[in-house]
Amino acid sequence: MDRLHNLYRQIIMDHYKKPRHQGLIDDPGYTNVHLKNPSCGDDITIAVKREGSTIVDVRHQGSGCSICCSSASVMADLMIGKTVSEANTLTAMYASMLQGDTFDESMLKEASAYQGIKQFPARYKCATLAWKAFEAALKEEGESYVR
Amino acid sequence: MLNVKADFPVFRHSNVAYLDTAASSLTPQCVIDAMQTYYEKFPVNVHRGVYALGYQATEAYEAARDRVAQFINAPRNSVVFTKGASHALNIVAHGLGKTLNPGDEIIVSELEHHSNYLPWVEAAKLSGARIVFVPLNAAGEITVEAFQAVLSPKTQVVALTYVSNTMGTITPLSSLIPLAHEQGAVVVVDAAQAAAHKVIDVSALDVDFLAFSAHKMCGPTGIGVLYGKEAHLNALEPLEFGGEMNDYVSKESVSYKDAPYRFETGTPPIAEALGLAQAVHYLQTIGFEALEAHEKALRAYTLEALLKIPGVTIYNPNAPTGIIHFNLDGVHPHDAVSAFDEHDVAVRAGHHCAQLMMQWLNVPATLRASFYLYNDFEDCDRFIASVKAAQAFFAGVGF
Repeated sequence: MDRLHNLYRQIIMDHYKKPRHQGLIDDPGYTNVHLKNPSCGDDITIAVKREGSTIVDVRHQGSGCSICCSSASVMADLMIGKTVSEANTLTAMYASMLQGDTFDESMLKEASAYQGIKQFPARYKCATLAWKAFEAALKEEGESYVR
Repeated sequence: MLNVKADFPVFRHSNVAYLDTAASSLTPQCVIDAMQTYYEKFPVNVHRGVYALGYQATEAYEAARDRVAQFINAPRNSVVFTKGASHALNIVAHGLGKTLNPGDEIIVSELEHHSNYLPWVEAAKLSGARIVFVPLNAAGEITVEAFQAVLSPKTQVVALTYVSNTMGTITPLSSLIPLAHEQGAVVVVDAAQAAAHKVIDVSALDVDFLAFSAHKMCGPTGIGVLYGKEAHLNALEPLEFGGEMNDYVSKESVSYKDAPYRFETGTPPIAEALGLAQAVHYLQTIGFEALEAHEKALRAYTLEALLKIPGVTIYNPNAPTGIIHFNLDGVHPHDAVSAFDEHDVAVRAGHHCAQLMMQWLNVPATLRASFYLYNDFEDCDRFIASVKAAQAFFAGVGF
């Protein structure tokens, strides 16, 4: 598989064309974090709802390239139902996968599709924006974002 | 056509089709050599040491100023070395901002690079002045009529780009500047995108301030030029204070030097000044007529091919400079640029530090290919092939 096909895998394209968990919900139970990549215009809001230590919902809304938009959908799919500690393990594993380090495909599931990013360092920010917003929301660092 | 690839050592290490000169130009060997001369022969400070090496360094630095002054047809004391065009524009906006009052107006355009917009936003915030936009015509140009419609006795500052870094349009400065002066306004020109491509005569233009960067015109990073009429420069409060820019310092009072030194505190970028002077010499030796003809030929050749490819939107089909501003329909520019990169074609994707222009076009981001003296028809062919390959690839994966 050439580098470009390795980057734009079927899973990524599927989530880009048919995003899951898209759209924010007007519910104060969500922590929203809005992040932008100022150099290219990627712009995403991630909303996380927890019940105790369990993540019960993740929503996303924004605009950007296929890598950025699809990664929000894949990440939300993966994180719903996880505990905060499981989520932290997964975000760390995703980051190390993008750096070219080892990772557990059975844990990252569809998010493993983004391993092709390591051959495109210029696209690293595209693949991490949604995850960074999610991490911040988990830490409840997000300011409440007014839609 | 020019044939100067051999002057640029990067091509011994890379086979890139480099179409991003509008962001930064490549560096010829002679400029690298000029900078190396400083570090090898007289690597000491300027305007300080009373010894032979210090004198040599000062001579070389001031000779660089003379070269740049001659380049833009300015008196030498009107030429301030800065960190770049952004720095130069900040110096002017800070200084003029101090003289503005509530109700005064600053005319800018949506074509502005953030470097010639944000300093004015801040100046307006501090002074209570108001930012006024010249409406652009359908082609994204500033016209004399549109300018006259916003110009008024309230206009204190006119801050416009000479050549747009996205649309490649040229502002009709020689018509606008006399009109602005009739209203008593000061005219500030961002020439970052112009200086590399056309002869600039600040005296003939009668412009009050003009800024450009070396790194877009075959020079090094870290240095640029602020031109200002001497009386204007000497009336401007400096942005930075410290060593060398002062005249007299005591506990009771301080005074500052006249231009250009009042704006050059700290150790200046000396090697870079020599590099910039050499870049000017290099471009003058090639000749701006030949340079412009070369760029126009490459752009016309590429445009003709691009216009035949369905699914390519070109935002500036009639621009008079070497910039093609475009998008591939249905493909985000950051996706597209990864496909170009696969073919070793360097094209810029993003908002080009011109978010106002993206909003004017109503797109999140765009692609930009820009041509310069080291590009050739082979680069154009590779670019055109990579556009077709990118379209085929993204169609294949389901875009």
